[in-house]
Amino acid sequence: MSASFLAPDTEAGVAAAVAAAAAEGVPLGIEGRGSKRGLLRPVQAARGLTLRNLSGITLYKPQELIIAAWAGTPLPEIEAALAEHGQHLIAEPPDLAALFGSAGPASLGGIVATNLSGPRRITGGATRDHVMGIRAVNGRGEVFRSGGRVLKNVTGLDLCKLLTGAHGTLGVLTEITLKVLPAPSATGTIAVRVADLADGVRVLSAGLGSPFGVTGAALLPQGGVGLGGPLAILRLEELPESVAYRSVRLRDELARFGEVALIGDAESRALWRAVRDAEPLGATAEQAVWRVSVQPSAGPGVVAATGFGQALLDWGGGLVWLAGPATAAAHANVIAAATAAGGSFTLFRAPEPLRAAVEVLSPEPPALAEIGRRVKAVMDPRGVLNPGRMRAGL
Amino acid sequence: MIRLPEPKAEVMARRAEIVAALRAIVPGEGVISETLRLKPYETDGLSAYRQPPLAVVLPTSTEQVAAVLRLCHAMGVRVVPRGAGTSLSGGALPLADAVVLGLMRMNRILEVDYDNRLAVVEAGVTNLGITNHVSADGFFYAPDPSSQLACMIGGNVGMNSGGAHCLKYGVTANNLLGLKVVTMAGEVIDIGGRHLDAAGYDWLGLLTGSEGMLAVVTEVTVRILRSAEGQRAMLAAFKGIEIAGQAVDAIIGSGIIPVALEFMDRPCIHACEAFAHAGYPLDAEAMLIIEVEGSEAEQDLLLGKLKEICNRFDPISLKVAQTAEESLAIWKGRKGAFGAVGRISPDYLCMDGTIPTGELPFVLKRIGEMSAEYGLQVANVFHAGDGNLHPLIMFDANNPESFHKAERFGAEILKLCVEVGGCLTGEHGVGVEKRDLMGVQFTAAELDQQRAIKAAFDPGWLLNPAKVFPLEGNPAVAPAALPRAA
Ligand SMILES: Cc1cc2nc3c(=O)[nH]c(=O)nc-3n(C[C@H](O)[C@H](O)[C@H](O)COP(=O)(O)OP(=O)(O)OC[C@H]3O[C@@H](n4cnc5c(N)ncnc54)[C@H](O)[C@@H]3O)c2cc1C
Repeated sequence: MSASFLAPDTEAGVAAAVAAAAAEGVPLGIEGRGSKRGLLRPVQAARGLTLRNLSGITLYKPQELIIAAWAGTPLPEIEAALAEHGQHLIAEPPDLAALFGSAGPASLGGIVATNLSGPRRITGGATRDHVMGIRAVNGRGEVFRSGGRVLKNVTGLDLCKLLTGAHGTLGVLTEITLKVLPAPSATGTIAVRVADLADGVRVLSAGLGSPFGVTGAALLPQGGVGLGGPLAILRLEELPESVAYRSVRLRDELARFGEVALIGDAESRALWRAVRDAEPLGATAEQAVWRVSVQPSAGPGVVAATGFGQALLDWGGGLVWLAGPATAAAHANVIAAATAAGGSFTLFRAPEPLRAAVEVLSPEPPALAEIGRRVKAVMDPRGVLNPGRMRAGL
Repeated sequence: MIRLPEPKAEVMARRAEIVAALRAIVPGEGVISETLRLKPYETDGLSAYRQPPLAVVLPTSTEQVAAVLRLCHAMGVRVVPRGAGTSLSGGALPLADAVVLGLMRMNRILEVDYDNRLAVVEAGVTNLGITNHVSADGFFYAPDPSSQLACMIGGNVGMNSGGAHCLKYGVTANNLLGLKVVTMAGEVIDIGGRHLDAAGYDWLGLLTGSEGMLAVVTEVTVRILRSAEGQRAMLAAFKGIEIAGQAVDAIIGSGIIPVALEFMDRPCIHACEAFAHAGYPLDAEAMLIIEVEGSEAEQDLLLGKLKEICNRFDPISLKVAQTAEESLAIWKGRKGAFGAVGRISPDYLCMDGTIPTGELPFVLKRIGEMSAEYGLQVANVFHAGDGNLHPLIMFDANNPESFHKAERFGAEILKLCVEVGGCLTGEHGVGVEKRDLMGVQFTAAELDQQRAIKAAFDPGWLLNPAKVFPLEGNPAVAPAALPRAA
């Protein structure tokens, strides 16, 4: 925790806070509303900067599929505003309050800075795919913009993408404009009881390779919704007539893999919310949690290689949530498994000493790491923005 | 009028030496230096500008690309990457002292993996080549620029290209998993991979749309998708542009997002009808092409709802395709729109600004007024769902005054797009064409920051150095002005 906390309520206030930190050479620990403080490496910063007071929706045009809000806006506030017009956030960002044991809601800025996406990522795109515009403050305390408030824009370098998922190390996001879509009126799930995880991924691949527009494809090793595991679940979201028709078609196609059940609207929504928030992983408070991203067919191998009993596979099998002992040895296991599968890992949650001691993100090839250092030096020459959050010394 | 930086005298003087060194890397037909054979490379889709390069090199492997770049890096030679050269913004326009690095001979599809729904292809594979390769198995590569028969995936990455179906399926950046790139220093780097959202900075996102200024793409891992059961189009024609705009709003507001929602104005309808005989209504001021996907019954359901919405706006005609053939007929005019306008006026400039869709009636009205002021015809065809306009300004290339007027008219339109809250380019890129307008959209400090990021990849400003940023303040022109890079 930082000794002092700044909580500006204007963008100019954020800029002034960063400019002062840069002038004094004082590192800043930056957070939205602090719901994911336990993510990645702990930041050693004498001063904190919270965006919680820079809050509120600044523009919402349902007909133009665009919403903009200050970075500190609580996510539920945005979701509620969208719901009033029958719209939703496409990437379905998770609510990780339970996982991180945090009290308050996530902020929009926090979700964008961490590029977190839920089950719909597999076909609908990630949070980063829907960031149409940003306003941000760089490490010199200068406000800058990238993108805008329209749905298609290739003017200049895409700094929206660069800052999304940069965990506040390249700039403090102040305002974000997102593309949104109409929320589907109906949801349904096809659940298939499978022999093992590899079989489960085959089911998910068959579903995702079908013409029926699957919008969620997860694998619950222990089962769920009253059905035993491993359980492959596939989601359909459309007009009710379409969900009804496609569920039956998909059920018939997947019956060759095992016992199939159809899950109705309300139960489906609850189930996918749980998957989104990694509840079926069942991580206990003492355990560490990892997210590994691999090609879907490699997901089961990652689970097997780590030897942890607890996993949850999303994104067709390509997103592997793991829970295991919070030790350096267990972490080394995950690194080895992810690397062997050609994927990337994130130590998502762990006690502070472990997070501080290990690499929490996949390393980059040396030539890319060097470019990364230069880009960091461009955006934050004094190194005051969340130093060490993603990687030691960056 | 677009200016290019002065050629470096010391590079021009060493031309023979450079060509010989390139030949040592890429043997045989792979290096072009004869004046006549350089001709096809002197321009791209923005054919009003022409500049023969120092030489053209056409490598066949990543190793050769790396060796070429190391050589050019060591000798201080500028490099312009090139795919098919269909850029409409002059992105692939050469410089007199530059080597054009063409990727068209790297045209192999290396792997298709249906289980993981991806394909690994070399940069010179055409956009349509990917879809054609997987379509028999029911799959496709989603972004579909109208130039898809010719344009290459490396160029698509360079421009972050879109297409008629990106309302549903997204643009290039949304459909990539990994890249193999080579930096100007000749280092080969794998970005991303075969998985989603690799941990760390989103280099994949930054490189996509970077217009060949950060690194040369040699391989691309794309996502491939299973096609829907079927698709069908409908056509709706209206009495006024404003009314058609309201219909678009009502469609999006109803919660239906069609896979495609294209808009054509009267001059464009007439041009396309004369060209394609698609049965477009000639008395309409505006026309929409709307496409939906799904089973026959799903298509009927959606088209029924869309018809009901369009009927609220007093349409002149509504035509719902009953068969795949009828759908193709509806699309035929739209797909040939650029060619059709080309028949009325062999020379036209294609603008590409995006506006908030709510500003559509105002912007189209202003474009009409400007057309009268400049005395130049303009036809509008565009992606209505996302506000990405394509005004086609017709001019006479044999008359320099007409060309300059067309350029000024285009610049006015783009400034208007920015004024109403939009941007200079939605999918064609800045290139040289919009380079000098960047100050309309960005502040000097914002441009400096972007330049410095370019310099983080290419400190010597050798890779496609005269594009995207205004020449004033461009270190490729005045090295002393190198912005704050590390
Ligand atoms: C008739 C017509 C219709 C069009 N329709 C559309 C449309 O619907 N949507 C759309 O978005 N665009 C459209 N375009 C524009 C153009 O086709 C796209 O920009 C396309 O992606 C360019 O691909 P290319 O292979 O021709 O690239 P080029 O024109 O050769 O190059 C484009 C840019 O990318 C860079 N580049 C090329 N290859 C590489 C590489 N391997 N590594 C790094 N940089 C590279 C070049 O330096 C240049 O800056 C159209 C063009 C025409 C002529």
